Amino acid sequence: MSVKTLTINGKTVTGLAGTSLFNTAWEAGIRIPRLCHIGGLSDIGACRLCLVEIEGRPRLHPACMTEVEEGMVVRTESERLHAHRKLIVELLFAEGNHVCAVCVSNGHCELQDLATSLGIDHVRVAYQHPRRPVDASHARFTLDLNRCVFCRRCMRVCDEVEGAHTLDVAGRGAELRLIADLGQSWGTAESCTSCGKCVQVCPTGALFAKGSAVGEMTKNRAFLQYIVTAREKHEWIRK
Amino acid sequence: MARRLLIDPVSRIEGHAKVTIELDDDGTVRDARFHVTEFRGFEKLCEGRPFEEMPGLMARVCGICPVSHILASSKAGDQLLGVDVPPAAVAQRRLANYAQLLQSHALSFFHLSGPDLLLGFDADPATRHIFGLAATEPDFARRGIRLRQFGQRLIELLGGRRVHPPWSAPGGVNQPFSAAARDEARGWLPEAYQTLELARSRFRPLLDGFREEVDHLGDFPSLFLGTVSADGELEYYDGDIRIVDGEGNVVADGLSPQRYATYLGEASESWTFIKNPFYKPMGYPSGMYRVGPLARLNVAATAGTPRADRELRELRHHAGDAAGTVCASFHYHWARLIEMVHAVERIEELLDDAVLLGTTIRAKAMLNHREGIGVSEAPRGTLFHHYRVDENGCIVTANLLIATAQNNLAMNQAVKQTAQRFVRGHTPAEGMLNRVEHAIRCYDPCLSCSTHALGQMPLVLELRDRQGGLLERIARD
Repeated sequence: MSVKTLTINGKTVTGLAGTSLFNTAWEAGIRIPRLCHIGGLSDIGACRLCLVEIEGRPRLHPACMTEVEEGMVVRTESERLHAHRKLIVELLFAEGNHVCAVCVSNGHCELQDLATSLGIDHVRVAYQHPRRPVDASHARFTLDLNRCVFCRRCMRVCDEVEGAHTLDVAGRGAELRLIADLGQSWGTAESCTSCGKCVQVCPTGALFAKGSAVGEMTKNRAFLQYIVTAREKHEWIRK
Repeated sequence: MARRLLIDPVSRIEGHAKVTIELDDDGTVRDARFHVTEFRGFEKLCEGRPFEEMPGLMARVCGICPVSHILASSKAGDQLLGVDVPPAAVAQRRLANYAQLLQSHALSFFHLSGPDLLLGFDADPATRHIFGLAATEPDFARRGIRLRQFGQRLIELLGGRRVHPPWSAPGGVNQPFSAAARDEARGWLPEAYQTLELARSRFRPLLDGFREEVDHLGDFPSLFLGTVSADGELEYYDGDIRIVDGEGNVVADGLSPQRYATYLGEASESWTFIKNPFYKPMGYPSGMYRVGPLARLNVAATAGTPRADRELRELRHHAGDAAGTVCASFHYHWARLIEMVHAVERIEELLDDAVLLGTTIRAKAMLNHREGIGVSEAPRGTLFHHYRVDENGCIVTANLLIATAQNNLAMNQAVKQTAQRFVRGHTPAEGMLNRVEHAIRCYDPCLSCSTHALGQMPLVLELRDRQGGLLERIARD
């Protein structure tokens, strides 16, 4: 397999052909903001937070969906990128009902961390205040669509790792929503194995363990690495 | 010509309100009303939310007394789970409640009412606030601020932060109390006792000069309601409801807080956003009752701690009737002082109890009941949180019976009585109107968390004719 040499933020890095810019940067210690990407699951380029600049190309490219090429000159940080990311996160806040102060994931939330790291202290677009339901019909977990950012990590882990594919999305645009099985209440979805992987990968408080009070939902995402390593390399590790 | 005086906003209270005073042609007061002008809607906005979130959500009702809402909400959640809360968690919750009582009362006594009491009702409003008090009585003001700091610090030691600590939840609390935190809290006690002794020695001689205010800033018989322990002592976390009348007769005793809806009703009026709770057997508005510091001291046989009991005997001897019942709203201040002493004594007891450091602090369970009612004594009076949930634990209806609302009928009567006594003529002196405001301050109403009033908000006085036309506007900054 060939190796590509490229420059990211002025640093010369190498990556195997076919690997994404995101993973190559990650391995080189360069962190690019992201929300839908999570190591171990396929990428879908949904959140657009990992957009980067590539010299000679006018448009921005999602690092998770762009393969490394020989001689690429990539910038992951610029005023333009910062402005884009900031607006994307503001739009996410405006689109849902994200109230950190009373959220189970307060203090342990990727969306909140992103807002902090991008210096967001207010939202410049109008809040939509959508009416979205809370599905607490599952015996162990709750789905609060008010806090969903449609990263679809839950859907992918359910499909690609657990193999159940209970969760998916339905609708388009502002009507997009996460559903269980054929759009029924989660508690009646027969395909669900109650494994809880979806809860662990969810970046916000949209999916959480029942019984969690404000700020009590912490998530452990390391399990994905064990499973993926076991599946792909047939190595059973425990950190 | 008949005129209406408008005090808007009422200053040095927690929240937004105004007072209207209707004057007859000759300038005598015909009627007066206390209007709460803000709307929060918490009972509605929590519908559909999982009940485990309620303590954190309900804490946001108020920035002054979030602990009270957290506790009432947690207790309602305990019932939905159907669990017995571990003793260490109960001890922590009790400790937080006393800390809350201490800091809130210190705010009322030293910051909000202190300027009137020590500088005088007729003092220049430009300096009649906590900063003016700090300039003339720096030690008194500093100690008051420090006393409040103690309460706030204790809440922080328990819950991780001073305001809206997300630490108590259905089933218990989420972190053990450390020995280091206990030792730090103990270190505050001597200063707290000293400050309260100073406040007592400074406050008591002032009462002689306030005889007219004592007699006319809301001195009337009414029912008093509060929780008491099985021994009839002051009780702020558990206990049953006792109601006494203005002469000290026990009207009802051993009432289960769980059955509050059978004996307490809530009436609405078009001129205020606050509800008007009343004692059902006596109807509305005859069933007016008072809650809070004075009510608790009127319903309890004893405080249950030595220093507070000594002071309670003094209060009953000097200000009570034959049965020791105190009806003058002005004595809410004295009652607050006694409760602060009691709170510090109880804090000391709890800090000395090894149970407090227990590490079994949370009872876990699934949803087992569909209805929960949590009750605690908040600084301003008895607080009820009542939730009904669906089969998945999401809130279907919530009803909050807030202490300040329960005092609303009495506050209106106090405002009217004060206005009738002190307000004269179509252009009353500022000090007269300040007394009307002070009748409200006696109850330390907490109208929301929206105003962390330190010092003084601007007061606007508008003179209006019967048709509501503006005749004159007087503003102070």
